[in-house]
Amino acid sequence: MSKPVVATASLAGCFGCHMSILDIDDRILKLIELVEFNKSPIDDIKTFTKQCDIGLIEGGCCNSENVENLKLFRKNCKILISVGECAIMGGLPAMRNGIPVKECLEEAYLKCPTVDDNIIPNDDELPMILDRVYPCHEIVKIDYFLPGCPPRADLIWEALVALLTGKELELPYEVVKFD
Amino acid sequence: MSTINFTIDGKACKAKPGQTIVEAAKDNGIYIPTLCHFEGLKPAGTCRICTVKVGGRNMAACTTPVTEGMVVENKTADLEDYRKAIIEMLFVEGNHMCPTCEKSGNCELQALGYRYMMMAPRFPFLFPRRTLDASLPKIVIERNRCVQCLRCVRGITTADGKRIFGVVNRGGHVEITVDKDLAASMTDEMAQKAMDLCPVGAILKKEVGFAIPIGKRKFDSKPIGSEIEKA
Amino acid sequence: MASLDAVVKQVVSKYGNDRTRLMDIITDVQTELGCVSDEAVAQIAKILDLSKVDVEGVITFYHFFTKTPRGKYTVYLNNSAVANMKGRAAIAKAFEDAVGCSFGRTTSDGLIGLYDTSCIGMNDQEPAAIINGVVFTNLTQEKVKEIVTGMKAGKDVKDLVKEYGDGANQSDLIRAMVKNNIMRKGPVLFAPYEQGSAIKAALSKKPEDVIEEIKIANLRGRGGAGFPTGMKWEFCRKAEGAKHYVICNADEGEPGTFKDRVILTELPHMLFEGMAIAGYAVGAQEGIIYLRAEYLYLKKYLEKVLEDLRAKNILGKNIAGKGFDFDIRIQMGAGAYVCGEESALIESAEGKRGEPRNRPPFPVQKGYLGYPTTVNNVETLCCAVRIMLEGGEWFAKMGTAQSKGTKLLSVSGDCQNPGIYEVEFGTTVNTLLEMVGGRTAKAVQVGGPSGTCISKKDFGRRICFDDLATGGSIIIIGPDRDLFEIVHNFMDFFVEESCGWCVPCRAGNVILKQKLEKIMSGKASTKDVQELEDWCKIVKATSRCGLGQTSPNPIYTTIQNFREMYEAKVKKDTDYVSTFDLLAAVEESCKAAGRIPKVEEH
Repeated sequence: MSKPVVATASLAGCFGCHMSILDIDDRILKLIELVEFNKSPIDDIKTFTKQCDIGLIEGGCCNSENVENLKLFRKNCKILISVGECAIMGGLPAMRNGIPVKECLEEAYLKCPTVDDNIIPNDDELPMILDRVYPCHEIVKIDYFLPGCPPRADLIWEALVALLTGKELELPYEVVKFD
Repeated sequence: MSTINFTIDGKACKAKPGQTIVEAAKDNGIYIPTLCHFEGLKPAGTCRICTVKVGGRNMAACTTPVTEGMVVENKTADLEDYRKAIIEMLFVEGNHMCPTCEKSGNCELQALGYRYMMMAPRFPFLFPRRTLDASLPKIVIERNRCVQCLRCVRGITTADGKRIFGVVNRGGHVEITVDKDLAASMTDEMAQKAMDLCPVGAILKKEVGFAIPIGKRKFDSKPIGSEIEKA
Repeated sequence: MASLDAVVKQVVSKYGNDRTRLMDIITDVQTELGCVSDEAVAQIAKILDLSKVDVEGVITFYHFFTKTPRGKYTVYLNNSAVANMKGRAAIAKAFEDAVGCSFGRTTSDGLIGLYDTSCIGMNDQEPAAIINGVVFTNLTQEKVKEIVTGMKAGKDVKDLVKEYGDGANQSDLIRAMVKNNIMRKGPVLFAPYEQGSAIKAALSKKPEDVIEEIKIANLRGRGGAGFPTGMKWEFCRKAEGAKHYVICNADEGEPGTFKDRVILTELPHMLFEGMAIAGYAVGAQEGIIYLRAEYLYLKKYLEKVLEDLRAKNILGKNIAGKGFDFDIRIQMGAGAYVCGEESALIESAEGKRGEPRNRPPFPVQKGYLGYPTTVNNVETLCCAVRIMLEGGEWFAKMGTAQSKGTKLLSVSGDCQNPGIYEVEFGTTVNTLLEMVGGRTAKAVQVGGPSGTCISKKDFGRRICFDDLATGGSIIIIGPDRDLFEIVHNFMDFFVEESCGWCVPCRAGNVILKQKLEKIMSGKASTKDVQELEDWCKIVKATSRCGLGQTSPNPIYTTIQNFREMYEAKVKKDTDYVSTFDLLAAVEESCKAAGRIPKVEEH
């Protein structure tokens, strides 16, 4: 029987959640035994090559590329999981929410004392900035949420094992944290 | 004084006259979750997390005195879901960025989120635009995190009884503010008291922060309420 | 012009430097200075020895108080659902075009401000607005032009009223274009009565016997909640206190109700006599009528009526020579629906933010200034007058098992004859629809937004506490109306009027409204409707006062009675629909950066 396939992505995130996945220490060897990775920064596969069972999403959506990527994951993954505060509620990038994006851009590119070319980047190759940072579940259906900044390695591990083995998820108090 | 007999979820309990359901429950080793409640302050009943059922009616346990023969329902599935929903409402109503907050780990709202295993709120985030006031000498008011529990309003007054903190506006626009002149006269002790009263990170004493390392903070390893619950 | 300090000082001393008169102090300062600025706040606080936040908290709570100028002329245009039905949008646009600024703003020269306001109690003659306290009804675009021209010419707003309504609306002290629209007179309120005869009848009995008579009548509160009046008076009478108070709740704010407006216009003597009877019954010598700010135009007239009653010894000292003293003062509100809740009303009358109190203690135990207080609806107190004259048994012969007497209904919306109707309790909705010329209705909102929206299948139900309870607001919704628009308007109202004290009402109503909008946009699934219904239950179950306990009703009762309307809006083949619109989301940033959004079809 083929192994379940996992894909991961970091949208508007800091890769901290991915670091936390690696933080499961030697259980990573077990994980490799349990699953196969597809599109993910972990194995550097850039495009989906097959349907995946589980997609782990780090980060929310702050630009058009994030949105496209997230939709691609939804299309290619049976189960999609928001991993970390940014995916769940926008996180640090969402501190700009509530402030008009025009003000943010002006502050960053025009008024900021360290810029001197005074232009808001507008190359068509650049992703377009969204009016605010969107939690992933506002854009596509998300099946599970793993909070934390980053989620504790144990939480990610326990959740994955539960999903892969179909066992009941029983989490100790210490592993569900929002920071 | 006579003792009042009542029950919580069928368990026989005793209360002193004048005690509220929350206080009496605590004395009987039963935790009823609260957020706006603070021992020694006049109950406000703003958060409604302590909602219990008494004689078929939903009541705030922090404002309702115990009466003889009262039958209180506390840990029913419905009530626990209401409580979780209110916690979730608070998370979406403000801008609660736990990772950036000085109060993280010692925050009662966050601790309730942990206790009720909130993985993500069921409601959409509202992302309101709120302000921060760092102009006061002793404290910072970070309104993004405020839950309008009114603990500061109730608990911090000048020597001659004037309120330093107050509420302005109404509905979703309510916010905590201060009489700037009175706030300017706050002592270090008052600033500390205000910060300690605040269940979240909305009132911070200036020039301190992140003093306790992760792992040793109040709610890192023990759920809120566990100090009350008897085994 | 007098300096700010002098004005504030004079106003505050007019009210005896009394902190509990803060509502009046702010009202008067604002009348003198146009607004209550930070400077004025500081002055008021200083003289009253309060924290500035105490004063600011009160100002910012009420819709009609302002810290910044809202124009020499301030137009408050009603935005109730019925106003919308009657063409408010065109009227609003006519104002904006003529004035040259949009709603929510004041013209740059500070002359005219345009603001929305919640239901002003004129639903039977919408669209309507209040300008500097003067009411303008049945507005047309032409009338708006004339009014704006008049304001621009600097005329007194009173002089812009060209026609007067009927009855006392024409009296010198009112001079309002408001019409009474009394469509059906009943035996309790509108039968003739001789002023002073009821208080005399009451004074000839022991107070306990007055209460007993009210109990025999089984009179229940007419504001909507239906608490037995006799029991309330008895609790209040028996509660210990150095003095007792009677407060008349004339803060009818439920959208669609205006019956108290008509009573206050045509039967104020009866009302005040009713307050005196209540005072005698509970052992009070002081009464307060809490009058909603929208009815400011009646204040001078009501003061004159009080004068008359004092002259006739129906109020004042030693009433009817029986040794009973009782007098009444008018307390003005300042625009807050929640103050219709009795404990919030008391807070407001004490000069505070109109936030409901925690109970116990109940107002009958600890009410105004901590004294036992009975708070009764305008209509209830009038009923007490009739009961004193005709007896409790006579009264109890009318109505249903649990609802005795008659009910005054305010009928508005899609019907031929909007206005007030005094009908016997137990009248069916069908009968009422016949009466008012509203047979084509597809829905009837019974009891206002906080009540129930019923469909045709329920038109056989009865209007009474045993079945469809109402404080009097009946809004008739015709076959061509978009019910979603009406529900949305009601939710806007509750979001605006929530006091903000408790979480479920403050945050929950915003969340409910947002979810409703999701469904209205068509980007929703059956699951969204289920969640919306569940969330309504949470807000209803956990809110602190009646506002939040009933505010989900527009949604909740339409989901129950018009489920097909919701189902027609949602996608059934999925349990998830996103409202995200990429093109809309990138529009602003692309504009700021000067690029053209490129969004692929998907």
